[in-house]
Amino acid sequence: MRLKLRIWRQAGPTAPGRLEDYAADDISPDMSFLEMLDVVNEGLVRQGKDAIAFDSDCREGICGMCSLVVNGVPHGPDRGTTVCQLHMRRYKDGDTITIEPWRARAFPVVKDLIVDRSAFDRIIAAGGYVSVNAGGAPDGNAIPISKAIYEQAMDSAACIGCGACVAACKNASAHLFMGAKISQLARLPQGQVERASRVAAMVHQADAEGFGSCSNEGECEAVCPKEIPISNIARITRELVKAVWRGGE
Amino acid sequence: MPQLDARVPAGPIAGKWDRHKFEMKLVNPANKRKFTLIVVGTGLAGASAASSLGELGYNVLSFCIQDSPRRAHSIAAQGGINAAKNYQNDGDSVYRLFYDTVKGGDYRSREANVYRLAQLSVNIIDQCVAQGVPFARDYGGLLDNRSFGGAQVSRTFYARGQTGQQLLLGAYQSLMRQVHHETVTLFPRREMLDLVVVDGRARGIVVRNLKTGEIERYAADAVILATGGYGTAYYLSTNAVNSNVTAAWRAHKRGAYFANPCYTQIHPTCIPVSGEHQSKLTLMSESLRNDGRVWVPRKVGDRRPPEQIPEDERDYYLERKYPSFGNLVPRDVASRNAKQVCDDGRGVGETGLAVYLDFADAIRRIGIEGIRDKYGNLFQMYQKITDENPYETPMRIYPAIHYTMGGLWVDYNLMSTIPGLHVLGEANFSDHGANRLGASALMQGLADGYFVIPYTIADYLASTPLPKISTDHDAFKQASDAAQRQINALLDVKGTRTIRHFHRALGRILWDDVGMSRTAESLTRALAEIPKLREEFWHDVSVPGAPDNLNQSLEYAGRVADYLDFAELLALDAQHRRESCGGHFREESQTPDGEALRDDEHFSYVAAWEYTGPGQRPELHKEPLVFDEVHPTQRSYK
Repeated sequence: MRLKLRIWRQAGPTAPGRLEDYAADDISPDMSFLEMLDVVNEGLVRQGKDAIAFDSDCREGICGMCSLVVNGVPHGPDRGTTVCQLHMRRYKDGDTITIEPWRARAFPVVKDLIVDRSAFDRIIAAGGYVSVNAGGAPDGNAIPISKAIYEQAMDSAACIGCGACVAACKNASAHLFMGAKISQLARLPQGQVERASRVAAMVHQADAEGFGSCSNEGECEAVCPKEIPISNIARITRELVKAVWRGGE
Repeated sequence: MPQLDARVPAGPIAGKWDRHKFEMKLVNPANKRKFTLIVVGTGLAGASAASSLGELGYNVLSFCIQDSPRRAHSIAAQGGINAAKNYQNDGDSVYRLFYDTVKGGDYRSREANVYRLAQLSVNIIDQCVAQGVPFARDYGGLLDNRSFGGAQVSRTFYARGQTGQQLLLGAYQSLMRQVHHETVTLFPRREMLDLVVVDGRARGIVVRNLKTGEIERYAADAVILATGGYGTAYYLSTNAVNSNVTAAWRAHKRGAYFANPCYTQIHPTCIPVSGEHQSKLTLMSESLRNDGRVWVPRKVGDRRPPEQIPEDERDYYLERKYPSFGNLVPRDVASRNAKQVCDDGRGVGETGLAVYLDFADAIRRIGIEGIRDKYGNLFQMYQKITDENPYETPMRIYPAIHYTMGGLWVDYNLMSTIPGLHVLGEANFSDHGANRLGASALMQGLADGYFVIPYTIADYLASTPLPKISTDHDAFKQASDAAQRQINALLDVKGTRTIRHFHRALGRILWDDVGMSRTAESLTRALAEIPKLREEFWHDVSVPGAPDNLNQSLEYAGRVADYLDFAELLALDAQHRRESCGGHFREESQTPDGEALRDDEHFSYVAAWEYTGPGQRPELHKEPLVFDEVHPTQRSYK
């Protein structure tokens, strides 16, 4: 099939950007969305033109590197799917597709469709872990964890840190990303010691990075490729209130 | 021919590591922060090493090519991680895991390393649980296990089908904690382009800042490479598209020997290739083989849809040929058998390059919900890619390049032939011999990073004179000039063909002639074609864009240029090893049943290649393999 693409091109972080038109010919329905872009880039390279820069790595939906807004929706139209796992059979001949980068103040554009998401790393560095050094851990079976708790923790732990939640949110809030990690560790016995200090530090860091607040629109949940529910966000508030009552730590 | 000394400690195998830990020198806690250590790569091995070294107080510089250390390709490992916990009371032990790994590696690994790996496996599980890694639990709340390719005990720990992700996030979080404590400094979007060797010791690296295009220099007291394998040399593999051999290859050119590059692992359960546009292959965890049954039609050219082929016209060839292991035979055996039935014309799907993996029996046994619990996300992924529902129709699978057992040669301390350069995880060659067992890669990466390197690097630092050096040193200048020259050379070719064209062509040569089975003839052909392709690349490749900003074409071109060099060594190693072992199958060397036939008399050694200059034949060094514990036998899974 033949498609018309409108793609955000931006030479660098401070350069102005704009949407440019490209034609994608000979696209097979079995291609992934990123393979379609590979084909377009092959054509550009053959003409000696600068390839369209976009991030991707594992191309199997787990590394969280790919980050395209397709026709206004982060990761495109399929629910629970990263854009690397979106296939062209979803489109038909003659379609126009607009492709843009994640847009959020805390995710500045690096080039074309690539953004800088290091703010997420800094949120995790602020407290998204259990403080345990290599070497001193007790036996793995020392603390039984019920299957139900494990399942809930795992549901939250599935987050791939792609940032689609931020890109979809009108406030560019990082609450779903944060809530997933806070919930995972708050549910597990291993996460209890730092439970209060963790939530306070992560929320504080997110504010400092320029992410917005949550106003419960739920767009983050709708675009999350791992379908992480916004109940994880509710937990941030609950944990934060508890932390304040305990006087922080 | 010079022999290599692995510096394996003396004494009984079970006590080697403990005694060695006592005998190694220590670095005083107050002195650790005076040492700067570079860790390249943030997968399981790199992240666990960087975080553990940071916890000890060293000054660690951590580099990765992705935008965040959390994205390294360890994240994609699905199935699980082995550990000799014997929680299931089914007869597992450190010795059995050690034994299985040496046997599974087809007697081409170093016993002492493998034993240490099996010993440390139990600590890894404890460590990860303490970090909050959500491993699967049974109804009593204890850790659950499954059995996994090639093992007769249940020793594999897992977190749904996302074990690699959860383990990596555990290591990443520990790493970020050290970033917070300022013992680790992160350098994301950096690609290592050279190793800097001063007075014979690894003292730093030269990297390209992928955001700005700047060539940057970093000095250190030791360098640790954890940069993964070289599977993407084959173009199509289950590796991430940015995975590459560049860091390891450039260290090789600086004097690190490359060991056993011909040991490549083909994974039996991948989603088949659908067309020329394909950029990567997707693995389906082989845990699926616990419940799925592999079959093809009995008749050649039977094109009926699977549900119309009656039971007695199906050939469950793994169950038929290997009654005791059945569908759970090791990866190399499963892969070669799939190739064989397809070569016989009994392959399925449009291309005929696939076999069925059928869950109908398992669904009858434990129900759709049971299957969904165990493999839900894998089934979903399969459906997404193929547009077929595996709950209703059998999956189609075919082997693909997945893991590379070869890598930079290291001694027992995980140090390469360049003093100060340590190599961890898939990037080294050490523990898996000629074939890696399922769920053992995660184990090795984390054992190396959490529990081996923190001890062995101290011994190196405490026993080596390491005068302060600056990045103005001539060796740094020379390395960064060389890196810049190569970048300019790539941009200056201004040819007509795309980089991907060359990568694809190289992949085809390697898959056809240095792939699942190899012959003297195919290897001679590959060794003639690879230099020709390289020649063409340097005359006709088109690399657009500028050197001084983010330029993915330029990054890719550098990686493909290194693959074109490296591929020749891979083929040469395969040519020189005139035996079959594990993942290296030479058609000339097989049993009457078609199994890999080793030649222990002539090839019971590690082949470590020394770089001797461009266009020169590399020099072979041998590390003889001694088996005091596990007596080499013909592997049999019947």
